[in-house]
Amino acid sequence: MLLRHTNANVTERQALTINPAKTCQPVGAMYAALGIHKCMPHSHGSQGCCAYHRSSLTRHYKDPVIATTSSFTEGASVFGGQANMLEAISNIFAVYDPEVIAIHTTCLSEVIGDDLVQIIKKAQDEGKIPKGRRVIHSSTPSFKGSHVTGYSNMVASMVQYFSENTGKKLKQVNLIPGFVEPSDMAEIKRIANEMGVKHVLFPDTSEVVNGPMDGKYHMYPKGGATVEQIKSAGDSQFSLALGRTGAMAAAKLLDTKCKVPCEILDLPIGLRATDEFIDNLRKIAGVHVPESLSVERGQVVDVMTDMQQYFYGKKVALVGDPDQLVSLAQFLTDLDMKVLYVVTGTKAGPKFDRRIKEVAGEHVVVKSGQQSDMFYFHQLIKGEKPDIIFGNTYAKYIARDEDIPLIRVGFPIYDRVGHQYMPLVGYRGAMRLLEKILTVILDRQDRDAPEESFELVM
Amino acid sequence: MTKFTNVNPEEVKAEILKKYPSKVARKRAKQIVINKVEDGDVVPEILANSRTVPGILTMRGCSYAGCKGVVLGPTRDILQITHGPIGCGFYSWLTRRNQTRPESDKDENFMTYAMSTDLQEDEVIFGGEKKLKKAIEEAVELFHPRAIGIFSTCPVGLIGDDVHAVSREMEAKFPDINIFGFSCEGYKGVSQSAGHHVANNKVFTDVVGLMDTPKDGKFRLNILGEYNIGGDAFEIDRITQKCGLTVHSTFSGNSTYDEFASSHTADLNVVMCHRSINYLAEMMEKKYGIPWFKVNFIGANASAKSLRKIGEYFGDKELRDTIEKVIAEEMVEVEKVRLDVLSRTQGKTAMLFVGGSRAHHYQELFAEIGMETLSAGYEFAHRDDYEGRKVIPNIVIDADTRNIEELTVEADDSRYAPRKSPEEMERMKSAGYKFEDYDGMMPEMKEGTLIIDDLNHYEAEILIEKYKPDIFCAGIKEKYVVQKMGIPLKQLHSYDYSGPYAGFQGAINFYKEIDRMVNSNVFKLAKAPWQESPELAASYAWTK
Repeated sequence: MLLRHTNANVTERQALTINPAKTCQPVGAMYAALGIHKCMPHSHGSQGCCAYHRSSLTRHYKDPVIATTSSFTEGASVFGGQANMLEAISNIFAVYDPEVIAIHTTCLSEVIGDDLVQIIKKAQDEGKIPKGRRVIHSSTPSFKGSHVTGYSNMVASMVQYFSENTGKKLKQVNLIPGFVEPSDMAEIKRIANEMGVKHVLFPDTSEVVNGPMDGKYHMYPKGGATVEQIKSAGDSQFSLALGRTGAMAAAKLLDTKCKVPCEILDLPIGLRATDEFIDNLRKIAGVHVPESLSVERGQVVDVMTDMQQYFYGKKVALVGDPDQLVSLAQFLTDLDMKVLYVVTGTKAGPKFDRRIKEVAGEHVVVKSGQQSDMFYFHQLIKGEKPDIIFGNTYAKYIARDEDIPLIRVGFPIYDRVGHQYMPLVGYRGAMRLLEKILTVILDRQDRDAPEESFELVM
Repeated sequence: MTKFTNVNPEEVKAEILKKYPSKVARKRAKQIVINKVEDGDVVPEILANSRTVPGILTMRGCSYAGCKGVVLGPTRDILQITHGPIGCGFYSWLTRRNQTRPESDKDENFMTYAMSTDLQEDEVIFGGEKKLKKAIEEAVELFHPRAIGIFSTCPVGLIGDDVHAVSREMEAKFPDINIFGFSCEGYKGVSQSAGHHVANNKVFTDVVGLMDTPKDGKFRLNILGEYNIGGDAFEIDRITQKCGLTVHSTFSGNSTYDEFASSHTADLNVVMCHRSINYLAEMMEKKYGIPWFKVNFIGANASAKSLRKIGEYFGDKELRDTIEKVIAEEMVEVEKVRLDVLSRTQGKTAMLFVGGSRAHHYQELFAEIGMETLSAGYEFAHRDDYEGRKVIPNIVIDADTRNIEELTVEADDSRYAPRKSPEEMERMKSAGYKFEDYDGMMPEMKEGTLIIDDLNHYEAEILIEKYKPDIFCAGIKEKYVVQKMGIPLKQLHSYDYSGPYAGFQGAINFYKEIDRMVNSNVFKLAKAPWQESPELAASYAWTK
């Protein structure tokens, strides 16, 4: 057994996290920053953080992930990181020529109390930032929140630094996705385009970390939201935040800073969350939903009804990030599946627990925050065994030990491709999920059925 | 210029330096060296193990990664707790592919568990020691380990948590468990290398020498600096066993706590990765009298050479005969595959920028299939890994290195036992047998090759553009950057999830792997037909 020391006997832990169901803020901030066009993410801390985050994102996307670091040594840690940061800014503009440097802090620079606002101002005053170029920052200490919080903070910083209410109202809607894949961001744009709704989507990592292979390396690929676009978000009619933990902060800030009203929706994963997104967008923009989207929706419902017998009553266990978990729990419940456990290391608060129980039933065991980890998740699974696990790549150790199929969702996915290119959001995403779920259920049935009841048609 | 290229290295160097701000250019000029090998293997001086330039896209990681990730990570039954916020523990969780094979289903294996104190803001403000103690208690309750290692992350050092005091206190509470802490905060030193040293020191003071039970076997040795990535240590175990050697302990691939604790009972230390573990070899020699020398099991010829050298050390005729027999036997299949692959790889070129020894070792394997290394460099090595140990007395110790403790080691009162008499050692040395040796990468590389320390992204792009190598070797962060340019990249940290590449079977695996990579069709498919020939014939333009 790979996880041979795990048993079903759950004991309370107060200090030790085992096999975390979250990681730290900076990786989320780095990912979000990649969603700005021509941006160099910068990690203000010792260089190991940056190496770990780049490695992690690269393994997940199998595409180049760039980011620079302040490379703190012991001296910088004692005397402050200002000198390193200023040198880094000069070097980055000289060697890599980005439009934007998006700095995120680390536990190290937060503990020593580096004041990034002051450092950026100093760089500006000393002429280290070329004309028209921008340096922004986000405070993302690893001892608070999780990778989702880091993402959320960096997106809010984009608003803080770029968005402006210039007084003219633009006929556009802001779409702020939570921590989702580039394929999901592209799909959200496609849906809005299909509806004819002019929009600004940020951050936008599509065609950044899922770029094509064309024989050339592009340090700054085509994708990413431009500074102009993010700036114009302050003049938009409305913002839709897709995911409470990942996208709410930026939308709220647009409201307070630029007076752009907002609505916080669930991530549009699954049928009903997608319905809600499209219905809201329709009402805000005053448009009709085109037939093409109704057809896509109808196809999803078609598969749900056609194959209902296979979904019904199947037990599922979910580990991952709050926004995905809420929408997944709802979709799986809509499929007549029974959600047993929902675990996330991200501190999601009592609202999250309530919401999960609201969509999936009072029976669900929900745990979030400290020590809500995969060790605990595994212990629950050993108690009552689900038919399917939903989680990131690390859940495969549990899946193998317990002989339960795993459907990979969330971050990180180190061992499969697909998430970069094919969405989970929207009706197309729902269809992809249905296919994944049916495949694991029917493959199991094919594998385990007695020979006489091995079915040709299913 | 070398046989395989007409690119002028001076011009490439100038081109690289051109774009840098002057301060950076001055520093990098000392880290980019055009190789020249003079009599006595004298090579030009290179600047290494020096600070990374802030803001440069570097390959390097940190001290924590070197200590927890590299050196201790591969050990399966030392329960490892990362003390700090969650990230560090998360990223070092199973990502290095250190394989391990517990002897039975019941044996301990903690490698699949990432444990962390997940420090929160309150604990950063008021101190995290209380939480660490509680975490240790909880780990003991759940896992009953024999040994626990505590690994410090950046904030731990700054807030003043004393992991060593906590370890002592908890050890007093759990006297059956050996508990020790590592001050491997990420900001220590200039790269992973500092963490290797921290790890070596602690393993030496707190683990090695605790058990005086030797393993059975006539010719017992430890293999240092072999981390069993992709199963390399399994292959080395296979061939050494076949030769009649007993590998007492591997530091630290597929290893156990007991093997570490009793490793001082072996009669020889051989060193694979010089950079990460030479400290331990030196300290064990001083304290216990175990001689050490450098070996290399990467490459079939290198493996054969290393086995012969080990055979010669033990001096036993039967052993040496067996070694010859094993080499002859193994080389049959190796040669068959090698010659087949050679017909498709001969004359192709490679670049290697990785680690602290791999960029050197793997040149052997490429040479065996007729491929030349045009340029190479390490990510975190020191001058001695480039120029050879002969330069150690001349290496200037800077502030960053001084921050890493250098242990003073003396001979153990009762257990110091020179495995060979001083006369015997002298006799062997004068006959040309080398101990405590590492000649470094540069003396073995061709004249005119470019040696670059701490290569960065921008420089890699220029190298590829100028030299157009057939394959580039580095790590995951570099992989897709290089492959977008249409050049395959072989990861030499993770082996692209294959392996083993050590020993004889490993050489076969590597030959086949490189054959696949440099002769693959997929890289030729980057252009669509309409991109290859975009011109339109008028007669086709019917859609107007």
